[in-house]
Amino acid sequence: GLQLLSEFGDEATSAANPGATTIHIEGPSESPTHQPGLPRGSGGEEDDELLGNDDSDKTELLAGQKKSSPFWTFEYYQTFFDVDTYQVFDRIKGSVLPIPGKNFVRLYIRSNPDLYGPFWICATLVFAIAISGNLSNFLIHLGEKTYHYVPEFRKVSIAATIIYAYAWLVPLALWGFLMWRNSKVVNIVSYSFLETVCVYGYSLFIYIPTAVLWIIPQKAVRWILVVIALGISGSVLAMTFWPAVREDNRRIALATIVTIVLLHTLLSVGCLFSFLFLECGSFGHGIYCRKAE
Amino acid sequence: MAKAAESSGDPGTTSPRPLFAGLSDISISQDIPVEGEITIPMRSHIREFDSSTLNESVQNTIMRDLKAVGKKFMHVLYPRKSNTLLRDWDLWGPLILCVTLALMLQRSSVDSEKDGGPQFAEVFVIVWFGAVTITLNSKLLGGNISFFQSLCVLGYCILPLTVAMLVCRLVLLAEPGPINFMVRLFVVIVMFAWSIVASTAFLADSQPPNRKALAIYPVFLFYFVISWMILTFTPQ
Repeated sequence: GLQLLSEFGDEATSAANPGATTIHIEGPSESPTHQPGLPRGSGGEEDDELLGNDDSDKTELLAGQKKSSPFWTFEYYQTFFDVDTYQVFDRIKGSVLPIPGKNFVRLYIRSNPDLYGPFWICATLVFAIAISGNLSNFLIHLGEKTYHYVPEFRKVSIAATIIYAYAWLVPLALWGFLMWRNSKVVNIVSYSFLETVCVYGYSLFIYIPTAVLWIIPQKAVRWILVVIALGISGSVLAMTFWPAVREDNRRIALATIVTIVLLHTLLSVGCLFSFLFLECGSFGHGIYCRKAE
Repeated sequence: MAKAAESSGDPGTTSPRPLFAGLSDISISQDIPVEGEITIPMRSHIREFDSSTLNESVQNTIMRDLKAVGKKFMHVLYPRKSNTLLRDWDLWGPLILCVTLALMLQRSSVDSEKDGGPQFAEVFVIVWFGAVTITLNSKLLGGNISFFQSLCVLGYCILPLTVAMLVCRLVLLAEPGPINFMVRLFVVIVMFAWSIVASTAFLADSQPPNRKALAIYPVFLFYFVISWMILTFTPQ
C-alpha cells in the first residue's frame, strides 16, 4: 500500500496504527527515519526541502557538538534532557556524598548538563516542604478542640516561587559574576550557565529528606537536620566553585565562596523555618498565621 | 492500491524532483485488462460509514462518544497492555473526571474564609498543568508518544482517584475519628497505587528503555499530589 512518513506527524500514531493507510513516497534518495534524540543522518539536501526542515547543519554530528539546533526547534531542548536513569542517580549520589577534592561538575556532569534534575528536584522539594509543614502543624495541634485543620494550599505557590527563583536566579547571578571576573583574570576552570544551574539544582536534593524529617516536632532534631543539610549542600557548592575563583584575588575568591554559602543558608532559614515555625490555622475566628513557640 | 513508487522508478533521472512529479507519467499498458468486478463485503456496514456523521441524530453522536469514554474507563479499571487508549485518544473523559474532582474538592462557599482548601480553578489548573508538564517531560526525554495521547492517558488514569474522592466524601458523613481517617487513608492509598499501575501500563512502553524511571517519576509525583489533596479534604 501507500505509506508517507510524515516529518511532523506522530511516530506513535504510525506505530500504533499498523492498519491505517499511510502514504510513502520513495524518491531517488531515501529519507532517513527520524527519531527524536538521535543525531540526524546525512540525507541529501532535498530531504530538507521535501520535509520542510530548517536545520541544514549536518556537521553537528561530525564535529561532536551537541547544541547546534536552532533554539526554536524542539530538538534543541531535547539536548538538555539527554540523560539516562543511572546518570541521574549518580549525580544525586554525588550531591549527597561530597568527596573532598572532587569537583561535582568535573566528576558527574562532564559537559552533559541536564535540566531534568534541577526541575524535578525543585518540584519535589516544593511539595515536600508544603506537605511536611502541613503535617507538622497538624501533629502539633492534634487533640486541640478549637483547631480546625487547614490544608494550606497557599504554601505550595509561595514555596514554588521561592525555590524556583533561587534555583534559576542565583546561578544566573553567579555565572554572570564569574564571566565578568574571567574577563579580568584568566581562570583555568570556567562553567557554562547550564552547568551552574545543574550544580545548584542537584545540591538542593539533600533538602528533600530534611523537609520530610522536619515533621519530627523536636527543636534540637530540627536544628541538627538543618545544620547537616546546609553542611552537605554548601560543601558541594563550595568545592565546585572554588577552582573557578582560585586564581583570582584572594579576597574576592573568599568573598564569592562566602556569598554562595550565605545565600544557601538564607534559603534554608527562610524556607524551612518560616514554613514550619509559622503556623497558619483557623482557631475559631478566621485564618491567621503566628509564630510557634 | 496504486503504487506511487512506480513513478520514481528511474534512479538515473535528474535528482531533485518535486513531490508527486512522476504521477503524471504513469501509464497503463494496453495488455493489462483493467476490468473486473469489485464486490464489497458487508455492504450495509460500508454504507453506514459513507454517510457523514453530520446527518445522524444527536442521540447517536452522544451515545457513540459516551460508549467510547465508557470503554476507556473499563480499560483503566482493568489495565491491560492494549492500544485502545493510545490509538483513539479523546479528552472528554479527562474533562469529565477533572471537573468532577474539582467540584468535589473545592471549598464550600459558606466558609470560604476559614478553609484553606483549594478552589475549583486551583484543582483544575493543577491537574491540567501537571499533565502538560509530564507530557513535555516525557517528550523531551525522547518518548515516542504524542502530546494528546499522553494527556488522554494521564487524564483517564485519574478515574481511580475520583472514585476515592467519592468514597471519602461518603465516609466523611459518618462521625469523625481515627477510624474514619484510617479508612480514608487506606482507600486513597489503594486508588493511588491503581492509578500508578494503570498509567504505567500505558505509558511505559513509549519511553526509551534506559529512561523509563525518569519518565514515570513525575507521574508518581502528580498522582501523589492529587491523592494528598483528596486525603486532606475536610468539609465544614
